[in-house]
Amino acid sequence: MDISTNKVNSILEKYGIQKKALISILQEIQAEYNYLPQEALIRVSEALNIPLIDIFGVATFYKAFSLKPRGRHTITVCLGTACHVRGGPKIVEEFERNLGIKVGETTKDNEFSLETVNCLGCCAIGPVVVVDGEYHAKTTIGKVKTILKKYQKRKGE
Amino acid sequence: MKKINNTSEFNDLKRKIEESKSNQKTTITISSGTCGLARGSNHIIKAFQEELKKQRIEDKVELKITGCHGFCEVEPNIVIFPDEIFYQKLEPKDVKEIISETILGHKIIDRLLYTDPQSNQKFIYKKEIPFYKKQKRLLLENNLFVDPTEIEDFLAVEGYTALNKVLTELSPEQVIEIIKKSGLRGRGGAGFPTGRKWEITRKAKIKEKYIICNADEGDPGAYMDRSLLEGNPHSVIEGMIIGAYAIGASKGYIYVRDEYPLAVENVTRAIQQAKEYGFLGENILGSNFDFDIEIYKGAGAFVCGEETALIGSIEGKRGVPRQRPPYPAQKGLFGKPTNINNVETWANVPLIINKGPEWYSKIGTNGSKGTKIFSLVGKINNTGLVEVPMGMTLREIIYEIGGGILGGKEFKAVQTGGPSGGCIPKELLDLPIDFESLTEAGSIMGSGGMIVMDENTCMVDVAKYFLNFLREESCGKCLSCREGTQRMWEIVRDISEGKGKEGDIELLEELAEAVKDASMCGLGQTAANPVLSTLRYFRDEYEAHIKEKKCPAGVCKDLIQYFILEDKCTGCLACIKVCPQEAISGELKKLHIIDQNKCIKCGACVEACRFDAIIIK
Repeated sequence: MDISTNKVNSILEKYGIQKKALISILQEIQAEYNYLPQEALIRVSEALNIPLIDIFGVATFYKAFSLKPRGRHTITVCLGTACHVRGGPKIVEEFERNLGIKVGETTKDNEFSLETVNCLGCCAIGPVVVVDGEYHAKTTIGKVKTILKKYQKRKGE
Repeated sequence: MKKINNTSEFNDLKRKIEESKSNQKTTITISSGTCGLARGSNHIIKAFQEELKKQRIEDKVELKITGCHGFCEVEPNIVIFPDEIFYQKLEPKDVKEIISETILGHKIIDRLLYTDPQSNQKFIYKKEIPFYKKQKRLLLENNLFVDPTEIEDFLAVEGYTALNKVLTELSPEQVIEIIKKSGLRGRGGAGFPTGRKWEITRKAKIKEKYIICNADEGDPGAYMDRSLLEGNPHSVIEGMIIGAYAIGASKGYIYVRDEYPLAVENVTRAIQQAKEYGFLGENILGSNFDFDIEIYKGAGAFVCGEETALIGSIEGKRGVPRQRPPYPAQKGLFGKPTNINNVETWANVPLIINKGPEWYSKIGTNGSKGTKIFSLVGKINNTGLVEVPMGMTLREIIYEIGGGILGGKEFKAVQTGGPSGGCIPKELLDLPIDFESLTEAGSIMGSGGMIVMDENTCMVDVAKYFLNFLREESCGKCLSCREGTQRMWEIVRDISEGKGKEGDIELLEELAEAVKDASMCGLGQTAANPVLSTLRYFRDEYEAHIKEKKCPAGVCKDLIQYFILEDKCTGCLACIKVCPQEAISGELKKLHIIDQNKCIKCGACVEACRFDAIIIK
């Protein structure tokens, strides 16, 4: 992926090139590229005068950040306690089987990334699966294929 | 909107709003928090908008899109005012009928009413439904009346009245005295008296001070803060402004989870509106008091709910807790005295100012005043957010409000307090819930998550779940927590896989004590609670795993097998079709059989079987 220095610069400027805004800056970069590209982190390090290793420290500390490019669709399965007791882990396994990847990985065709989250706060309607920001409530093993179909590339697309 | 410069302008505005709301028309309120949206409330909204337009009654009927109504189980739901008719589990196709029958024809549509799962009784009005009837919804009720995008809706329900009173009639010391007298304790977990916390920060010698709203609701299974921020953000903002005035802070931060996009959106808008109206900014209501709020998004780290870690995160660093003292009240954000309270705590503040500390302190128990919002989730019929006076018993909450256990199963335990809490067994169902009683029972109040577990929940699996959570979320600073949670998880994992041995339980107990004693922050100090509480009440279940290599609840994969019951199997092929391993064989109308060598215990067959013919042994 092409990383535009201008884009990263404008994000930096939006936050007044302040050290304390590091996390917000990384969040915006991730929103732009869907992950944290190395080139962008180097630019942030130079601009904020923070050693790259410290930026790497922050980027790996917080779960929301990804240092690897993600697929076109991100599937997030909630594994909060309520979703867990209602069968969340079984839903994760069914996604893993269907996609042929493990949690934290991306399919070879770069279509899907599979992730888990500790709680989305929709505990009443678990197990919850979110795909690209869209919530799917009361998921069952049987529903997994239906959810995937919705986002799978249609022929000729 | 023109900025409000003083009390008389504020009163004028209030009067104007009251007048405009006095000729109350029929109002349809649609519950549309994150849960509602996930269940399709946006389609219901669209259908209503179109139908009202088609019937040309847009000006006679008001459509109000609100936050969560609390009864998440029956989303999407609506309440029709003024009668408060409650319709639930709606689909877009129901909308036309609601308009023609109920709105225009004044008739009740029977099939959209809520049916109590225990008595099979139907209820027309919201206030009669057992789920709502036993609650005391001091904080949540306004979610029904307020469109979170409209500040004037909030003003119509006494919004910013408490702030006006504080700025015109009370000194900061008097405000602190009122909060102290009310007995309000922090709702984030530890239950520290709020008034005392404010006083300590107020008395700090350094002039520049901060306040923080902790909306990093990390306990899995708790979502009351999300609901308040999504549905009634101004109530939290008003509480913060009052707190800032009392403490003498000029800047506030709301630290909100990254996982709550709608809450971020609604709070951001509310802050903007509060600025436009003059409730935030310089010289608030002509009082010479300046205060501003900035929103700060977390990035997915559970430990940031701990106050010193949260402060580190706002400063742009790794959210690693640090040693206390100095407490944030002395040396907090950017080294300045800082007062941190949880969302629900802040939301209680305007209520106390408006109704008085005497009124407030009459609610609840001796040591725990007011109401508490619990998220009632897991294996329970009426899942949702319930607000009850402190001191209500678990039995009342689970059976009378919650409608009992899902599928008529046996209640086993309720988990409170998230990863720092514990599991409370059925022998303690009559326990009155407050800060002290939960601690005595080996759990904690925490932020109010209540995950109900039934006979099919394995307590070893629950302990394993929390230990896995904690070993992943431990920041790694203290060896005892970093390695201790890891090692405890490994032991419990082995037990769940049938590799447990004599002495494992004792080793777990020893480790638990070490982690508790040697860790610096709350995460580590309480990390052993899920293990200790399950050991305290469900030791026999651990022993069954270790000695008999059995999982009595039928959860731990390595210790169970799936079987098809001969007398129940109808030979319908449904399980055969869904089995990913082709492990089930059989013909139509003949008994199906599972090949144990091929079965991966994914559970797809159990879900597909409509005759309860597949059992776990």
